[in-house]
Amino acid sequence: MSHMIPSHHTVDENAYLPMEAEIVERVQESDTIFTMQLRLTDPKQHEAYTYQPGQFNMLYLYGVGEVAISIVSDPEHEELLTHTINRVGRVTRGISQLEAGQKIGIRGPYGRGWPLREAEGQDVIIVSGGLGCAPTISVINHIIRRRERFGHLTIVQKVKHVDEFIWPERFERWKTIPDTTVLVASTKGSVNWHWDVSPRIQVLDKVKVWSERTIVMICGPEGMMQSATKHLTELGVPESSVYFSMERNMQCAVGHCGHCQFGDLFICKDGPVFSYPEIKHLLGTEGF
Amino acid sequence: MRFLAREDFPQLLTALQQAGYTCIAPQIRDHNLVYDELTEVAQLPINYQDQQAPGYYRLSENGQQRYFAWANSSEAVKPMTFASREILWKVKRDETGKLAFEEVLPEPKPLAVIGVKACDLAALHLQDQHFAFNTYGDRYYNLRRRPLIFIAVDCSHPAETCFCASTGDGPDARSGFDIALTELDDGFLVRTKSKIGKNIAAQLPLRDPTTIQLSQAEKQQQQAIESQQRQLPSRHLKGALFDNLDHPHWKEIGERCLACGNCTSVCPTCFCHNEVEDAQLDGSESAHYRQWDSCFTLRHSYMHSIVLRKDIHLRYRQWLTHKLGSWHDQYGRSGCVGCGRCITWCPVGIDITEEAQAICGGVQS
Ligand SMILES: Cc1cc2nc3c(=O)[nH]c(=O)nc-3n(C[C@H](O)[C@H](O)[C@H](O)COP(=O)(O)OP(=O)(O)OC[C@H]3O[C@@H](n4cnc5c(N)ncnc54)[C@H](O)[C@@H]3O)c2cc1C
Ligand code: SF4
Ligand code: SF4
Ligand code: FES
Repeated sequence: MSHMIPSHHTVDENAYLPMEAEIVERVQESDTIFTMQLRLTDPKQHEAYTYQPGQFNMLYLYGVGEVAISIVSDPEHEELLTHTINRVGRVTRGISQLEAGQKIGIRGPYGRGWPLREAEGQDVIIVSGGLGCAPTISVINHIIRRRERFGHLTIVQKVKHVDEFIWPERFERWKTIPDTTVLVASTKGSVNWHWDVSPRIQVLDKVKVWSERTIVMICGPEGMMQSATKHLTELGVPESSVYFSMERNMQCAVGHCGHCQFGDLFICKDGPVFSYPEIKHLLGTEGF
Repeated sequence: MRFLAREDFPQLLTALQQAGYTCIAPQIRDHNLVYDELTEVAQLPINYQDQQAPGYYRLSENGQQRYFAWANSSEAVKPMTFASREILWKVKRDETGKLAFEEVLPEPKPLAVIGVKACDLAALHLQDQHFAFNTYGDRYYNLRRRPLIFIAVDCSHPAETCFCASTGDGPDARSGFDIALTELDDGFLVRTKSKIGKNIAAQLPLRDPTTIQLSQAEKQQQQAIESQQRQLPSRHLKGALFDNLDHPHWKEIGERCLACGNCTSVCPTCFCHNEVEDAQLDGSESAHYRQWDSCFTLRHSYMHSIVLRKDIHLRYRQWLTHKLGSWHDQYGRSGCVGCGRCITWCPVGIDITEEAQAICGGVQS
C-alpha cells in the first residue's frame, strides 16, 4: 500500500459526529442522478476541510441515516464540495428531494484516494462503467487541470444503456484536449447516439497502451473491473499499476463496524482505492 | 506471589470500594451467570459450576465452597466496553431546517470487574486493538474502557467446550489484569500487574504462600489444561481456510446453521455493528445509535439491490474465515480465544473446532 495512507487520528477525536452542511446548488443530471454542491455551515470547518480525489464522505439525511458518497470536486480548485448521487434507496431518495438552501450532515473525508502522485509522468487510462463514473470524474478533472504533468490520457466510459450516460458535453470537451483519447460506448444504442455501440467491454479493444509507464484507474461493477484489468494487463500494463475503487456496505467509514470487510481489508479505511495485487486474491469470489 | 486467606476475601471488596470502585462479578440470574454489582461475598456463585456442551448450558451445585469454580457464561466483558446498543449523537432541527449535532458520550463509573477469566482478557485485548488503537480511535469505547480494572481468576474448572489452552489464551491469566487470583480451597494466590493492583493488594492481609499451596496451584493448572479435549487444528489457519473456500463442508454446515447470530453475540471478539436512527415523531429531534450486528444477517452484506452472502454457508464461511483467518492480517493473531461460547450457545450445536478440523484437516500445528 504505497499510495496515500490516511492520517492517524487522535484517540479522542469523534470520528462519528457529522457536521452541518448547506446545499448551495443542486443539478438534476438524469432521471435518477443529481449533483449537489455543499458548503460546511461553520466557516472554520469549511476552511479546515481538505481531501483527495477518490476519498468519500458520509452524508446524513436528517432522521433517516447515512450513506457513503465519493467526492467529485477538486480540492485545489473548487471552493465547494461536490457530490453526484444516484437515487437508489431510502437515504439517496430522501437526499434527492432536498433543494438548495436545505441542510444535511456530513462527515469525512474517509479512505485512501487515487494514486495521483504515482500517476505523474505516466500515461493514464481511466475506465468507468455504468453509473460508476462519479468517482473517476475527480481524477479526470485533476489531470486536465494539470495536463502537462501527465502523459497520454485515455478516458473510457461504458454504459449499458444510453440513458446512463451523463455529462455528454464534458466528454465532448475532453475530446478536444491535446494528447487525450475519449472512448464512449453503450451496449444498446439509440437514434441520437453518435458514440460506439459495443457489447460488454469491447470498447477497450480501441485503447492503446504505449509503454509500461501506464497507470489505470477503474471504477464500476466488479465484473467489468476484472475484465478491463485482464484486457489491459494483456496489453502490457503491469498489474501493480491497475487501481480499483471498491464498494461494500458501509456503516461507520472508520474501520470499526466490520461491514465493508473484504477478506482482511477494510474497504473504508484501507481503500476504497486499491491496486489490483492488493485485492486480486478475493476479487470475483462469491460471498466476499 | 502472595496468599490471601478465604476468610479475608471480603477485605478485597472493601479495599476496592474504598478506592472508589464499584465491584461487579458474575452472579446467578435465570440459570446463567451475569455481571452485576457485588456488595457481599455471598452474592458470588458459591458452590456452583457450569456444565457446557454443544447447544447446552446448565449451572449446578458441585459440593465445593469455591467462588469461581465455573468456566464462563454467555456474557463476556465485551458489553462493558462495546455496548450492545448505544447512542452516538443527537441532532435537533429547528423551523429553518438548521441542524445542530450534539455528541452524546457515555459516563461510566469506575468498575472493578471481579472473576474475569483469561479468555475474556485476551478478547478484550483484541477489542482494544480494534476500537482503541486503530487508525481511528473510538471515543465511546475508550470512555467505557478507561475506568475499568480487572481482578482476574485463573480458570480452574474449564467447561467441556473450552479450548483456550490450544489458542494459547488460558487457562491462567497472563496479562491484561490488575490483580490475578488463583483460587485454592483455603484461599487465593495473589499476583499484581498494575500500580492500582499493587496499591489495592498492599491493603490486604497477605502472607507468603506455603509450598503446598504453590504445588496445589500448579497441579490445578495442569489439570485445567489436560481436561480440555477440544482444540483447533493450528493457531494459524488463514492459509488452510482461504485455500479451501470451495470445500464441500461449507455447504454441509450451511444446511445446519440457522443464521441466528448467537455465536457472534456471545463471541467476545466480534466487533460488527450497524448504525440506526431513532427519529422523534414530531420531527424536531433524531438520535443516532449503533448496535451489535452479525455477519450472519442478510443486511450485513447488502448493497442496494444485492446481497453478497445470500446463502447461509457463505455467511458461516465469512464468519470462520474472518475469525480464524483474516484476523491474522488485521490484528496479528487469530480472532478466537477458545472460550467455547459459540459452541455452547449455538441452538444446533455447531462446533467451531470440528468445523475447522473438517475444512482444514491435515494442517500441522
Ligand atoms: C466508497 C463508496 C463511494 C460511493 N460513492 C457513491 C457516489 O459517488 N454516488 C452514488 O450515487 N453512490 C455512491 N456509493 C453508493 C452509495 O453509498 C449507495 O448507493 C447508498 O448507500 C444507498 O443508500 P440508500 O439508503 O439510498 O439505499 P438502500 O438500498 O435503502 O440502502 C440501505 C442502506 O444500506 C447501505 N448501503 C446500501 N447500498 C450501499 C452501497 N452500495 N455502498 C455502501 N452502503 C450501502 C447504506 O447504509 C444504506 O443507507 C458509494 C459507496 C461507497 C462504499
Ligand atoms: S469464536 Fe467461539 S470459541 Fe472463539 S472466541 Fe469466539 S465465541 Fe469463543
Ligand atoms: S465479520 Fe462476522 S466474525 Fe467477523 S467480527 Fe463481524 S460478526 Fe464477527
Ligand atoms: S464501513 Fe465500518 S468498517 Fe468499514
